[in-house]
Amino acid sequence: MELVTNEYLLERLKSQFGDAIISAELPYNLLTLVIDPSGILDMLKWLNTDEILKFRFLTDICGSHFPDFKDKELCVIYHVQSMENNVRLRLKAFLPINKPEISSVESLYSSANWMERETYDFYGVIFTGHPNLKRILNVDEMDYFPLRKEYPLEDGTRSDKEDQYFGR
Amino acid sequence: MEREVIKKINILDDNAMSELSIQEKELKNAPVLRNGDDYHSDYMTLNLGPSHPATHGVFQNVLTLDGEIIVDSDQTIGYIHRAFEKIAERRPYYQITPLTDRLNYCSSPINNMGWHMTVEKLIGVDIPKRAQYMRVIIMELARIADHLVCNSVIGVDTGALTGFTYVFQWREKIYDIFEQICGARLTTNIGRIGGLERDFNPEVYRLLKAFLAEFPAKFTEFRNLLERNRIFYDRTVGAGPISGERALNYGFTGPNLRATGVDYDVRVANPYSSYQDFDFSIPVGEKGDTYDRFMVRQEEIVESLKIIQQAMDNMPEGKYFADVPEFFLPPKEDVYTKMEALIWHFKIIMGETEIPKGEVYHSVEGGNGELGFYLLSDGGRAPYKLHFRRPCFIFYQAYPEMIRGGMLSDAVVTLSSLNVIAGELDA
Repeated sequence: MELVTNEYLLERLKSQFGDAIISAELPYNLLTLVIDPSGILDMLKWLNTDEILKFRFLTDICGSHFPDFKDKELCVIYHVQSMENNVRLRLKAFLPINKPEISSVESLYSSANWMERETYDFYGVIFTGHPNLKRILNVDEMDYFPLRKEYPLEDGTRSDKEDQYFGR
Repeated sequence: MEREVIKKINILDDNAMSELSIQEKELKNAPVLRNGDDYHSDYMTLNLGPSHPATHGVFQNVLTLDGEIIVDSDQTIGYIHRAFEKIAERRPYYQITPLTDRLNYCSSPINNMGWHMTVEKLIGVDIPKRAQYMRVIIMELARIADHLVCNSVIGVDTGALTGFTYVFQWREKIYDIFEQICGARLTTNIGRIGGLERDFNPEVYRLLKAFLAEFPAKFTEFRNLLERNRIFYDRTVGAGPISGERALNYGFTGPNLRATGVDYDVRVANPYSSYQDFDFSIPVGEKGDTYDRFMVRQEEIVESLKIIQQAMDNMPEGKYFADVPEFFLPPKEDVYTKMEALIWHFKIIMGETEIPKGEVYHSVEGGNGELGFYLLSDGGRAPYKLHFRRPCFIFYQAYPEMIRGGMLSDAVVTLSSLNVIAGELDA
């Protein structure tokens, strides 16, 4: 059996999904790919069913918000893991904030159900094909997505914690 | 809200018949639980929780019951959501440790250490061996405390209160050790980024030795009480089972995954804090039912004791903190007498230290599974984004599938054997 290293994994992914991979990095020895959001389901399906790679475990899904990135403000971050090979992989898909849609991976991993609901709850990412996409931790009546950066944690007039006062 | 109510009334007024037939159809789609095709039994809705004494935390499960058999269940969570991820985006790194205390509060030291190690990975610092071994001792004590709570509570839910009162004394002794190490008992805030806040004092060693000497015998009594107990056996074997394949698909980790026969443990798969130095085994179950989960935890307590003993025996000499003045608070006497220490102290407290940009994922084996931290730093004082991979949150969604078709009383023991902690579930 071939040893699955980050290089091998990247090579396999590039040969399979050459166009969908926008960039690849290796921060702290964890292969991180920025991918085209439309390809997420195909890629995870392939990773899941591949005979050698066996990425059968979805570790985590979370979101992030970058207000400065034009037309890719929201980001969905997937961590998947191949327990047999002991390799992790991080996939990032950037979405425009006015149409934050990405296909759900709930059909592949049952665990994605609540993770996607949580991401929707906090960032407003719409996971198309999700069976029950509603808020999970916040109240149903909430009409905003609290982890987006436009909602400051504290009183907006408070300035004693601004970065500029700390030489930044 | 209003619109919905009106709609319902209309349905009842206009075509009450069709309403009924829809209901009947739903019943037919529900899993068949009886022999024959008797769909006309009345299904009952029962609220299990949110503040039911048998749920050990704030969980709500709306159960659909056919007699005592569970047909379906619907979960509501988020009752104690405290927006930790939002709060963390406004706090310097050292102020995030108290937030992690309040995730899985049965084993908060593990959460604290997990967070310290995440930051240490980000800033790229190696911790002295001695500090790593001290951390291992603390984490394994926390694991024992966590498992003791969980297992004794399974006993309570099956009607055996004795074991619970018995082992809680020993949990108390573990908390005494924590108190000696850091001054706190439950929400410990133990350790610092870069090491531990202080060395173990002689009293810690005395308490540890006493614990290691006395606890195993008492624990054996607890084992004798439940493990081969006929009543306990009947209540737990076959209650809330899940296959290894489904468990992996549902993102199970920790003892709940190992009870299904999958030998995944973060301590072995991706060793942190020198776990590779220790000789211990990973107990696994077979069927993934309540009894297997209970037994896996029991055996893990024994393994944890072995690890603590080894760490005590081979405790290396050296410092208990790494040389990272930007993150590790200098000793107070130095702050008062030395210029440099004072500067570092001020810089840390005011959040002026340089933090590298980067993104890092680090996970530790928590009390009930893989506790992961995804940290995205843009170089600011606080994390740009911090996400906790909370094992409870992920595996609790399998609960309806596990209890479906079982008895109501099985649902209660299944919930306690999953070791779902409300603080971790809701973040």
